[in-house]
Amino acid sequence: MKTCYIHSAMSISAQDSFAEDGSFTEVQIYSDYKISAVHPPYRDFIPLSQLRRMSPAVKMGVAASQQALKKANLELPEAIITGSGLGCMADTENFLNTLIEQDEQFLTPTAFIQSTHNTVAGQIALGLNCKAYNTTYAHGSVSFESALIDAQLQLEAGEVNNVLVGGVDELGIEFVDYVHSVEHKQTQPIQVPLSEGATFCVLSSEKKEGAVAVLKAVEINSKIAEGHIGAEIQAFLKRNKVDSSEIDAVILGNNGNAFDGYYQNVENLFSETDILQYKKFVGEYFTASAFAFWMGAQLLDGQPLPPAFFVRKAAQKKYTTVLLYNQFKGSQHSFVLLTQC
Amino acid sequence: MKNQVAITGMGIVSAIGNSVEQNLQALLTSKSGIGISEHIQTLHKDTIKVGEVSFTNAEMVTQLNLPENNNYTRTALLGCLAAKEAVQNAQIKAISAYKTGLISATTVGGMDMTETYWKQFATDPEVQKYISSHHAGDSTEKIATSLGITDFVTTISTACSSAANAIMLGARLVKAGKLDRVVVGGTDALSKFTINGFKSLMILSKTNCTPFDANRNGLNLGEAAAYLVLESDEVVAAQNKSVLSYVSGYGNANDAFHQTASSKTGDGAYLSMKKALKVAGLPLSAIDYVNAHGTATQNNDLSESIALQRIFGKNVPKFSSTKGFTGHTLAAAGAVEAVLSVLSLQQNTVFANLGFTTAMPETGLTPVTQLQKKELKHVLSNSFGFGGNCSTLLFSK
Repeated sequence: MKTCYIHSAMSISAQDSFAEDGSFTEVQIYSDYKISAVHPPYRDFIPLSQLRRMSPAVKMGVAASQQALKKANLELPEAIITGSGLGCMADTENFLNTLIEQDEQFLTPTAFIQSTHNTVAGQIALGLNCKAYNTTYAHGSVSFESALIDAQLQLEAGEVNNVLVGGVDELGIEFVDYVHSVEHKQTQPIQVPLSEGATFCVLSSEKKEGAVAVLKAVEINSKIAEGHIGAEIQAFLKRNKVDSSEIDAVILGNNGNAFDGYYQNVENLFSETDILQYKKFVGEYFTASAFAFWMGAQLLDGQPLPPAFFVRKAAQKKYTTVLLYNQFKGSQHSFVLLTQC
Repeated sequence: MKNQVAITGMGIVSAIGNSVEQNLQALLTSKSGIGISEHIQTLHKDTIKVGEVSFTNAEMVTQLNLPENNNYTRTALLGCLAAKEAVQNAQIKAISAYKTGLISATTVGGMDMTETYWKQFATDPEVQKYISSHHAGDSTEKIATSLGITDFVTTISTACSSAANAIMLGARLVKAGKLDRVVVGGTDALSKFTINGFKSLMILSKTNCTPFDANRNGLNLGEAAAYLVLESDEVVAAQNKSVLSYVSGYGNANDAFHQTASSKTGDGAYLSMKKALKVAGLPLSAIDYVNAHGTATQNNDLSESIALQRIFGKNVPKFSSTKGFTGHTLAAAGAVEAVLSVLSLQQNTVFANLGFTTAMPETGLTPVTQLQKKELKHVLSNSFGFGGNCSTLLFSK
């Protein structure tokens, strides 16, 4: 079975993660209940004529994927696989509002045709004239990890040599407010802002100069009891022949709600290990865990991350094995294991 | 052949019936399910024809024994019914006896409820339960819960090719030994959102659709859910199970031509068919029947016909589109047509392409217009969607 190398990872988020060299040390603190991504100047990536019609999800996806391809020195990927929990929400809202307000009359199709979940992957393929395998996962908080699993499956089997993989979600305009108003009524609601972002990476079965890290394993699991999460993580590590003592950083998806006990249980397994969190800074959205993937790749590539991301940090050290864990309200668990090249 | 992927169960709810058996009877009697909508409140109700499932939401809630205050969307209700039939049909008693996954497809997810309550979400606590059921993964989660699947659960959304991609991923996971068995398929309910979307594209027919006809004038939207149970050789052997047929090939390619339209050269369709044949290791001559995507839009049918001629040359196999029975069921279409393809193999029957009278001048291709008995070994099924997504599945005895 072939190894799955990460040749590049680029992320547009509510922090300055899309900076030219991909490294930033200062974090922005937000107090709003919803926050936008730090949008790069898209005209640097996309012709103005196309830019006008594009929603934030498509813009973020096209820009992040272009940079990921550029950094990996790849022109045409052999597969394009994306994940998006809510798809193109802005165009969905737009078409729905017009439909209701105009009583189903005099509608134009633009917002409709751009509202589908696969719009981003389709637009990337169109831009690259890439006729290869192309698919989109839309399963809440494991949308990005589902895409990773598909990519790894193809690379390990030798069906393709490289894959462009990404996760993207946009804030939209009003649905996010409805989500917030319901969330706010919970006894222990999500404590971080609702947000948006796009993370794209190039995975390849070829080890080459400049490869960032290795995607060793990725699994998703729909339902796990809070008391069993420790055992599930141990079993996941065992399946991949990694001892828990080898893990030198764990990146957790805490968002402050009533389900953070899952993360505490995982943290308890790793008393000596560096612990990192990120949703306080980039917010919660269905593909927020893709940002953790970017963080893991940065760590293994020896790039700095803002000190604020570290809940616990040992003195100077080199990272060799990083574990990512995320869940959403006790469902849609994902485990990702990254190692150095 | 090593690592075969067996189909051991099927379930379907569509405009032509609420079980596999009912669907089969409609197909054998060439009885279309297209008509005027009874359930959906749309301005266009009397001017369009749709393929609607006969059940009301309330009837499905009762059948599924759901509490009154549930937040099931129609998409989830349809999905649960069809997936349950598939698992029952596969005679699975203990779902967790083997590592079992669920891969479901949907395009608009919970849109049927979202569009109904959109303007009340901000203020009406009664309907706010449908906010969390909007996203595409919600119906999948509910199906997983009703089947007792807790492990690998995910959702695919690639417009009208979604369910074909769900079946493809399931087959690949079983082949790679990552799952012992997997329930795969898709579900989509009719919604004003999709009706108006396709209407704004001016590709909805006012009459029953006529796939591949020279005078075709657009598609009929439909709603449906369909699921298949895929199992590995080991599981089949260990349980001495009867196999309905095999998923022998699959291919996915992108047309990379336009966000919604298919290319004149049918590149995506050509490539996905070619890949599927390669995976199956079958020569062109082995394909006995093609269950075409055949939506009856000007653009799709021409592009698909050209792709068929490009790949099969002068020997295009017998083909038909079954959209005239079910309507175009969007994300569910790939699974609906997978069930129909398996029924074709079991019955050694090519189902009729309803409504066809005149071959299109560009290709001169004529589909099978009357139910036809024929020994079938391998059936090819196409599904294409927005975003250039093209997928092909191969089913073999």
